Amino acid sequence: MARMKFLCDAERCIECNGCVTACKNENEVPWGVNRRRVITLGDGESGEKSISVACMHCTDAPCAAVCPVDCFSTTDDGIVLHDKDLCIGCGYCSYACPFGAPQYPQKEAFGVRGKMDKCTFCAGGPGDEDNNSPAEIEKYGRNRIAEGKLPLCAEMCSTKALLAGDSDMVSDIYRERILNRGGRPQTWGWETAYNKTS
Amino acid sequence: MKLIRKQSNDENNQSSGVGNSINRRAFLKRSGIAMGTGAASTLLTPGRMKKAHAASQVATGDITVKKSVCTHCSVGCGVVAEVQNGVWTGQEPDFDSPLNLGAHCAKGASVREHGHGERRVKYPMKLVGGQWKRMSWDDAINEIGDGMMKIRKESGPDSVYWMGSAKHNNEQAYMFRKFAAMWGTNNVDHQARICHSTTVAGVANTWGYGAMTNSYNDMHNSKAMLFIGSNPAEAHPVSLQHIFKAKESGSKMLVIDPRFTRTAAHADHYVRIRPGTDVAIIWGMLWHIFENGWEDKKYISERVYGMDEVRAEVANWNPTECERVTGADEETVREAAKMMAENSPATFVWCMGGTQHTIGNNNTRAYCAFQLALGNIGTQGGGANIFRGHDNVQGATDFCVLSHSLPGYYGLSDGAWKHWSKVWGLEYDWVKGQFSNEEVEGDKGKPVHTMNYKGIPVSRWVDGVLEESIGQKDNIRAMVWSGHAVNSQTRGPEMKKAMAKLDMMVIIDPYPTHAAVMHDRTDGVYLLPACTQFETYGSVTASNRSLQWREKVIEPLFESLPDHIIMYKFAKKFGFADQYCKNIQVSNDEPLIEDITREYNKGMWTIGYTGQSPERMKLHMENKHTFNTTTLIAEGGPVDGEYYGLPWPCWGTAEMGHPGTPILYDTSKTVAEGGLCFRARFGVEHDGNNILAENSWPKGSDIQDGYPEFSHELLKNLGWWNELTAAEKGAAEGKNWKTDLSGGIQRVAIKHNCAPFGNAKARVIVWTFPDRVPIHREPLYTPDRELAAKYPTYEDRKRFYRLPTRYGSIQAQDFSKDFPMVFTSGRLVEYEGGGEESRSNPWLAELQQDMFCEINPKDANGNGVRDGSMVWIESPEGSRIKVKAMITNRVAPGVIFTPFHFGGWYEGKDLVDKYPEGTEPYVRGEACNTAFTYGYDSVTQMQETKVTLCRVKAV
Repeated sequence: MARMKFLCDAERCIECNGCVTACKNENEVPWGVNRRRVITLGDGESGEKSISVACMHCTDAPCAAVCPVDCFSTTDDGIVLHDKDLCIGCGYCSYACPFGAPQYPQKEAFGVRGKMDKCTFCAGGPGDEDNNSPAEIEKYGRNRIAEGKLPLCAEMCSTKALLAGDSDMVSDIYRERILNRGGRPQTWGWETAYNKTS
Repeated sequence: MKLIRKQSNDENNQSSGVGNSINRRAFLKRSGIAMGTGAASTLLTPGRMKKAHAASQVATGDITVKKSVCTHCSVGCGVVAEVQNGVWTGQEPDFDSPLNLGAHCAKGASVREHGHGERRVKYPMKLVGGQWKRMSWDDAINEIGDGMMKIRKESGPDSVYWMGSAKHNNEQAYMFRKFAAMWGTNNVDHQARICHSTTVAGVANTWGYGAMTNSYNDMHNSKAMLFIGSNPAEAHPVSLQHIFKAKESGSKMLVIDPRFTRTAAHADHYVRIRPGTDVAIIWGMLWHIFENGWEDKKYISERVYGMDEVRAEVANWNPTECERVTGADEETVREAAKMMAENSPATFVWCMGGTQHTIGNNNTRAYCAFQLALGNIGTQGGGANIFRGHDNVQGATDFCVLSHSLPGYYGLSDGAWKHWSKVWGLEYDWVKGQFSNEEVEGDKGKPVHTMNYKGIPVSRWVDGVLEESIGQKDNIRAMVWSGHAVNSQTRGPEMKKAMAKLDMMVIIDPYPTHAAVMHDRTDGVYLLPACTQFETYGSVTASNRSLQWREKVIEPLFESLPDHIIMYKFAKKFGFADQYCKNIQVSNDEPLIEDITREYNKGMWTIGYTGQSPERMKLHMENKHTFNTTTLIAEGGPVDGEYYGLPWPCWGTAEMGHPGTPILYDTSKTVAEGGLCFRARFGVEHDGNNILAENSWPKGSDIQDGYPEFSHELLKNLGWWNELTAAEKGAAEGKNWKTDLSGGIQRVAIKHNCAPFGNAKARVIVWTFPDRVPIHREPLYTPDRELAAKYPTYEDRKRFYRLPTRYGSIQAQDFSKDFPMVFTSGRLVEYEGGGEESRSNPWLAELQQDMFCEINPKDANGNGVRDGSMVWIESPEGSRIKVKAMITNRVAPGVIFTPFHFGGWYEGKDLVDKYPEGTEPYVRGEACNTAFTYGYDSVTQMQETKVTLCRVKAV
């Protein structure tokens, strides 16, 4: 069974924000809600690195652990979804999330999107709405997964830095890429883990 | 509200039924990775975007897929649009496109918003008593037309200025240039003047053509890549996909820039230079190359003319002098030179950081000389990869929406006018009669007919309105901006003065633009809504010279119209519609795009826009997936052996089937297969020296030596004349490869594997330019008086492109004490050009909400500026802008950087109230060019927007 994951290759991310607008385009999230953002470390300094961050669809999701109304669920493919009919917009999940993924609309706290909003891995919602029905699109955005497609942010990434899909596939591709790079610097994650600087 | 947990294994809940609907192989295809895996080609052929069973559940109708090309930059990314009931409802990645392989940057990923267009100009409007009033198209054309006819009668056709656009597709660009010709003026220009005009002039004068020699894809083959004044991570983000492919395969990446850009963050080697010292750094690098004998001596002797003169100049640029001028130390410069010399082939990329200077043409020629010294031109992985800016700035340049030439760089001579008159099916005398029949004192002091006299360029239209002694009967009295942002031109206060003086301003654009609001006029301003390129169709030329065909995605929104319809309406009003479209079918005021293509195919022999028929281009678009993503050659399929988009020159007629030229001047292929040599553009000898190629010719050539350009005489002398058909002979008699409308001369030359344009050496000295050898000259506004004395600028000129042009008289004044900071500008990834379109797109606007300046911590603290606070940037010409300060080491001490995409503010004031209701962009800000100053290139009138002086004051 697939387990869906994102991976952002910091050696390739150029902070072009293509992933951010692809998400806006596909899910028509309102101004102020950013399911995906690009974070730049050491901006303007030697060693500057950017990575694109959204909900990481954690296996043991801290948001789900703390949610007082238990609105989170994990699909068979490992996608963490939350039910906007259950969500009370309390913001507790944002305390728990290590990535700052939960978003809260600026206005209309209890409008259609008035509760917490986050990346759905372009899988729509967990509720009773039919796939890609107007109701589902309105509440959660597009359901690309139901159409056999992957999240648009990764599909449109300008440098193929952002990968999405079955974690096995993502790792295979990334591993092959790393091998191909030969003596090139590894990702910041690698350097951090093994204290290697090159 | 149901307080029960949804069970993910509930059979009724298939919302995430991935396991059922998609298998592992499909995932691999769609997982967004193609480059650097060694499996690129297999990943390029995923199944078409299939709307699975779920599609029927979307209640808005059947999905039609339309294919277009992104309208933001010159990479040429394919756009796949899903349309339901005429509404653009979805955008999918174009994995089939060999140029972008599905990828988009922020701008490309947001183009569907064009189908919303909330902030667009919705119907024609005019400013009456300070209020915007709606009007009909007919009334607008009549009223504007009558006003122009009056000006024409009183002041002549040159008093109406036609500003065209790199946003037009090829057909519209061609029709725009033709329109200006038929109105009877050379006062027509577009963004290329202020973007890469110095490139086109410098590069074409070095080896024949002024375009990017290789392609983004070909960079996969590079072993070193040098970027100077170029920040593709923000300006051409999708190109980084190709650049990283090379880098990850071991290519070295070097960046030379005053700013530590986002591109520099990925480089192996970064060289920071003082703004405006490009010639100095290149000669400084070449100094090491010559010193160590790293140059390609064989290549130079066979294919380059004048290198000894360059060598003599380079000798002055020893490490001490180089550091004194550029600020880069010996070790850093030597390392850069060594990297480029040792890793072959090496490619060289430059953009606006190099071109926008008073010595822009020197910069671009120095870059060419550097690459020629290393033998990097005409090879895979090498080249001068000049990244163009707008999506069709290459095409609009090729069609010469330019004040100094007719389409195809034919120039403005009588011969050029006769050639195009013939293509248009018109009498030369009729065309001439459209012009004001008079001679004026030209640039060289001799009388010149207005028809043959270079018009006023974009950068100087303000002076065309304001200057008293100019090379035409009267000043400019009406300005038409068709897809053009005035905030991309300098000297805000004078522009405002010029706008006040005009009789009439006409803005043809999807958005109101900065021009609609920056003036204080209350009357005589018209807004005509043009639609975007997603609401029409036609061809567009990417930076690598490939032509792509766009389909129409949606019908024009609101009352907007495609530009070619608007042009036709004006032609009708002015009474030359029949001549304008003599060879072109017109229905409902719309000239048929395909007929326009066929017409220019008949005339664009110089640069080979003759083989790209609409049918061939469409076939390429249908078979995108069959092209190799490195070489761009089709491997099998219906267009087997052709290069993607038939990159020009695509010689001869479409029937001849030339595959296009993927790499210019590449002698390793036959001309018939897309090979070439340097063009014999500058004669056969100079000062008694042979300037034709020696011991070098394209593969398989029947002439194994240098040769001049082909003409009827050369064919006869070679004994090849009888290979022409009888019909070709009739057309070719007395003609050459550029003017033979049958294409016979080109066909026969290529049959013998000869280049129609001859086989010569490239030249690194240009005896017709102000500086024969490229030399360093300090900017007009320089912080260093000592260097201004040592490397002074030019003398003032009385008349240059019809206008007085100042150099020395400005540099003579010392502003460096009161204005100690260097001011420079550049791009942001989220916005483009003047920015009106992208700042009106909420998906983009949200990401950059403030106009800002980058300032080094030392300067910030020295001027009492806090991060995030507002500051005034004041120019030595008395203008000022109010922007937010961003404190960063990205810029060096003493340098201020601002992006150039903002508008809608003027000297501290938000002009939001002046926009027509509902059309104000989401984000507005100060236009940096308000505070940029005087200064124009000595060959092309490119404006100097990369160096001036300023001071910063906390608000």
